[in-house]
Amino acid sequence: MSRAHDVRHMPGFGFLAVVCLLVLYLPLLVVMVYSFNESRSITLWGGFSLRWYAEIFYGPESPKFKTAAWNSLTIALIAATSATLIATSAAIAMVRGGSFRLRSATFGLITMPIMVPEIVTAVATLVFFSSIGFVLGYASILVAHIVFCIPFAYLPISSRLQGIESHYDEAAQDLYANRWQTFRYVLLPMLLPGVLSGFLLAFIISLDDFIITNFVKGAGVETLPTAIFGAVKQGIKPDIMALSTLLLGVSVLLVTASWWLGRKDSATHDQH
Amino acid sequence: MAGGVTSSGVVGDSFAAVRTRLLAPSWLVLLFFMFAPMVVMLIYSFLTKEFRGGVIWSFSLGAYDQFFLDRGLFGDEPPKIEWTYITIFLRSIWQALAATVLCLLIGFPTAYFIATRPVSQRTAWLFLITVPYWVNLLIRTVSMKFLIRDNGPLNEALLAIGLIDSPLALINTDFAVQLGLFYSYLPFMVLPLYASIERYDFTLSEAAADLYASRRAVLFRVVVPSVKPGLVAGCILVFVPSLGAFLAPDLLGGAKNFMIGSLIEEQFKGNAGNWPFGAAVSMILLTIVMLVLLVMARSRTRDVGSAA
Repeated sequence: MSRAHDVRHMPGFGFLAVVCLLVLYLPLLVVMVYSFNESRSITLWGGFSLRWYAEIFYGPESPKFKTAAWNSLTIALIAATSATLIATSAAIAMVRGGSFRLRSATFGLITMPIMVPEIVTAVATLVFFSSIGFVLGYASILVAHIVFCIPFAYLPISSRLQGIESHYDEAAQDLYANRWQTFRYVLLPMLLPGVLSGFLLAFIISLDDFIITNFVKGAGVETLPTAIFGAVKQGIKPDIMALSTLLLGVSVLLVTASWWLGRKDSATHDQH
Repeated sequence: MAGGVTSSGVVGDSFAAVRTRLLAPSWLVLLFFMFAPMVVMLIYSFLTKEFRGGVIWSFSLGAYDQFFLDRGLFGDEPPKIEWTYITIFLRSIWQALAATVLCLLIGFPTAYFIATRPVSQRTAWLFLITVPYWVNLLIRTVSMKFLIRDNGPLNEALLAIGLIDSPLALINTDFAVQLGLFYSYLPFMVLPLYASIERYDFTLSEAAADLYASRRAVLFRVVVPSVKPGLVAGCILVFVPSLGAFLAPDLLGGAKNFMIGSLIEEQFKGNAGNWPFGAAVSMILLTIVMLVLLVMARSRTRDVGSAA
């Protein structure tokens, strides 16, 4: 059948798909290109240079960026690890815990940070911390991040666990494995791609967060997004574009890793 | 993400005995740091404002009164409807709707195109569509601002090829905000649409074409009704976060394109803030979002009911 007679083919849709990709990538590519611009002006091209990358590592503002980067990375690491532990434990109870009365309420609670608009969560967390006298700073950012990371870790883990048939743990328990051994030697090895993928998503979500952090950070403590936002308020400077390009690179790397794990994940699924 | 694989028989009960202990950490953390804060926010919206930020613990309807009613400069005139904040909400709803329509116009053809590619190419397309979503939203919004500003690369390029004579004034317009929202949430439209179109049975299109339906009729009267669940889900997933968005309106819209997100943020920054009012605005936003989600849930059960 020729293409013109193929009912699946809709003229112009391919063109719009390309437009879609162009819109998604053009702004990022432009910023990446201009981060290598020698010129201080953000309009004129002055030749290729790494000077803005040197600037963010060694320039006068570098201590500020380094502290912000350190805060961002440590918060993301601790928040993603805690959220992954909490989410794995919850996923096992939800998927392997039989049916129970509070099941849908628990699911609602776990996904609440995704359903509620981010700015509302930010306000609620701020007024709550203020009402219990929790001093705003590093610790308050960390707690808020653990909370909103939980659903992002939970969804890939529970989805992976639902794909593992329960015969495996039943067989292990028939062979006198206790619950811990069943988890450690039977479930966990199969669940691991889901756990890693959940951890990486939680890590990126924490690294990216601006709105909630901006509300609960208090004065003085900055993460990379809040530091970038503060700098951008004075205009987009080339060093900010270099910093953005670095952060963008980290995100793309992590999401590629997570995607690759997920693909391996579905490949092993197909073999069942 | 979670759905799809759920089939009966997969859910086991080998950990039922320790269920409570396994759920305890998430219950504790989320009840204490997610649910309780919502309750506290509701309470705060009924408290009296403290002028330097924070609250005085005495009951007051002041925040809701300020939102809905205009009692004149000295508060002694008969109450009229206060339009300032309602207008901000209406503008936000309009902006979020416009962004949703933009996402639909580009997202539907994209999802359809991907779903009709050979299976081997689909994963790569989906990957390309999702990657930008994981790039920091702030960085994406700043990049958009950089691209479309008055003497930015977009205008330079359009001037250079002679398509325009003077730079397009895009930044600080309604359209810039819509573009920013579109850019922020486009993958939320493409992914559920793709999931629906991929499951669509194309023999239906062939049947319609055999009965002399035009391409347009096939699209709008056969394909679109069949993928309605994905369409509704995509629209909700774009509309809801757009409604409370802060970065796109703040960075791309300028002062005159104030939206709900900025209105809320303003109440908690510096000494000019009004915490009870900020909490009340958040509650009103949350109520609207919950209503939208409820309507979607009901239409979904109705769809499932009529399909069965």
